[in-house]
Amino acid sequence: MIEAKGLTKRYGATVAVDNLSFEVKPGRVTGFLGPNGAGKSTTMRMILGLDTPTSGEVTIDGQRYRDLHRPLTKVGALLDAKWVHPNRSARAHLLWMAASNKLPKSSVDKALDMVGLTSVASKRAGAFSLGMSQRLGIAGALLGDPEVLLFDEPVNGLDPEGIVWIRTFMHRLADEGRTVLVSSHLLSEMALTAEDLVVIGRGKLIAQSTTQEFVDRASGTTVKVRTPQLDQFAGVLNEQHLATRIEDVEDQGKVLFVEGDLTTDQIGEAAAAHGIVLHELTLQRGSLEQAFMQMTGDSVEYHAHEEIAAVTSLDAPDAAEVAAGPKEDN
Amino acid sequence: MSVIAVERIKLFSTRSPWWCMIVAAVLTVGFAALTTGFLKGAEEQQATIFITQPGAQLSQMVMMVMAALAVTTEYRFGTIRTSFQAVPQRAALLLGKTAVVAFLAGVIGLIASFGAWGIGSLFASNADLAINTGAEWRLLAGQGLIFSISAVFAVAVGILIRQSAGAIAILILWPLLVENLVNLIPKVGDDLARWAPFANGSSFLNQGQDFGLAGQGAGGSDFALSPWWALLYFAGWAAALMTIALVSASKRDA
Repeated sequence: MIEAKGLTKRYGATVAVDNLSFEVKPGRVTGFLGPNGAGKSTTMRMILGLDTPTSGEVTIDGQRYRDLHRPLTKVGALLDAKWVHPNRSARAHLLWMAASNKLPKSSVDKALDMVGLTSVASKRAGAFSLGMSQRLGIAGALLGDPEVLLFDEPVNGLDPEGIVWIRTFMHRLADEGRTVLVSSHLLSEMALTAEDLVVIGRGKLIAQSTTQEFVDRASGTTVKVRTPQLDQFAGVLNEQHLATRIEDVEDQGKVLFVEGDLTTDQIGEAAAAHGIVLHELTLQRGSLEQAFMQMTGDSVEYHAHEEIAAVTSLDAPDAAEVAAGPKEDN
Repeated sequence: MSVIAVERIKLFSTRSPWWCMIVAAVLTVGFAALTTGFLKGAEEQQATIFITQPGAQLSQMVMMVMAALAVTTEYRFGTIRTSFQAVPQRAALLLGKTAVVAFLAGVIGLIASFGAWGIGSLFASNADLAINTGAEWRLLAGQGLIFSISAVFAVAVGILIRQSAGAIAILILWPLLVENLVNLIPKVGDDLARWAPFANGSSFLNQGQDFGLAGQGAGGSDFALSPWWALLYFAGWAAALMTIALVSASKRDA
């Protein structure tokens, strides 16, 4: 189990991690989620004792990383697949790691076999593709057969085959009873990989729950209304204390969105009562991305100047969203 | 001593240390061939052991570059983080690296000095190049100690600077330029030069040597300390710098 208590990291005036407390339970894959620059990597480096927290502490089964004896047998980590000497062979890279924790040479062969790199073990690591480097990093993490595993953005830049491989691999590791913490900025990926979520934004904890709870809680329903009497209808709804917003949607012009758990029936009736013409009335369930954006919205470090850019990109059916399931109910 | 094994595997699993070691050994021996190979008659008879060693300082520089690179490449490629992750006792790990690098530098220093002496004896066969005096033994065998200590120096600078170009620039400019330029400062210049670390390293080697053909004063004449105290003084600088480097590496974020 990984336990963070009041973890804080400051770099001068910048607060990278701000009073962060969370728990990562064994036997499950926990997703560590947050926008870019939220402090995920800094937190992971603090877990591994690479960076010293400004205050607070993080422990692994009650012990600080720096106090671990033969740490690779307790915690395996892949923070950056490029942390290898390009002119050193994959095998030699694992050999020195094994030697550092008094692990037998056979553990190197075992780890290479597990990630499927045996045939290229004597090639220099600098010639590896990103996918192969990632596998080498995972082999390094598994070298000491550790109970706790940390992966920082492991699917970044991988092809679909590599993504599926990593995803299955993590589940296998968790099924073996290990503690797995995986960071990502892609909620859709986490929805498929992680059972629990620790969500952070600007270094602060936003949520810790199961993935299902997070999605249910965060993605409230919205009703989409298209009408020629846009402003008039918005006024009517506002009088009934309903939150509305008007957005420009590509190819559809201005569209009215009604927030809150309202049924389409109620809105349709309200329209009829006031003689409003409706062109469309749709119940929309928020996508994972929307939920994520809603929760972390204020905590994105660098906002795009045009909000519209973010909105349209959400409407685009990219691969990640399709994988996360249909986002509209009907 | 797993840290020794770790650093040995790391060092020998890439090519550049091998090249540095070969170049370092060849340079001293090659220079000895050049300085003794063309001697004839009276000149040849004036040759001394000292004249076989002019390439040693260059080789020492090459080994310092290797020593610094052993650290700075780890920072450049991020393997230092993997290393600290595997061995959170950073000082122990870095001392292991220092031990391996210093040992190799020492061995190369001995190969270089005795190799150069061998080549010199071969080419200037009419000169008296037998190792008779304690000073002559000190000049040859002492090269191993000087190479080792300067390697410790270089590793310490590498840990502090964490960046190849900067570390190498310092390691080359310091002994070659800075220690010579301080001479020019009025009043204190002479003292500063006499008490400079690398000057004391050379002083350990050069005191009491028969410079012969190279002429009097070729190895300096203004020594602050007797040979073994000079060596200790040089080693003290390396140890102090290494201590600062280890404290800093243990405190800084990797």
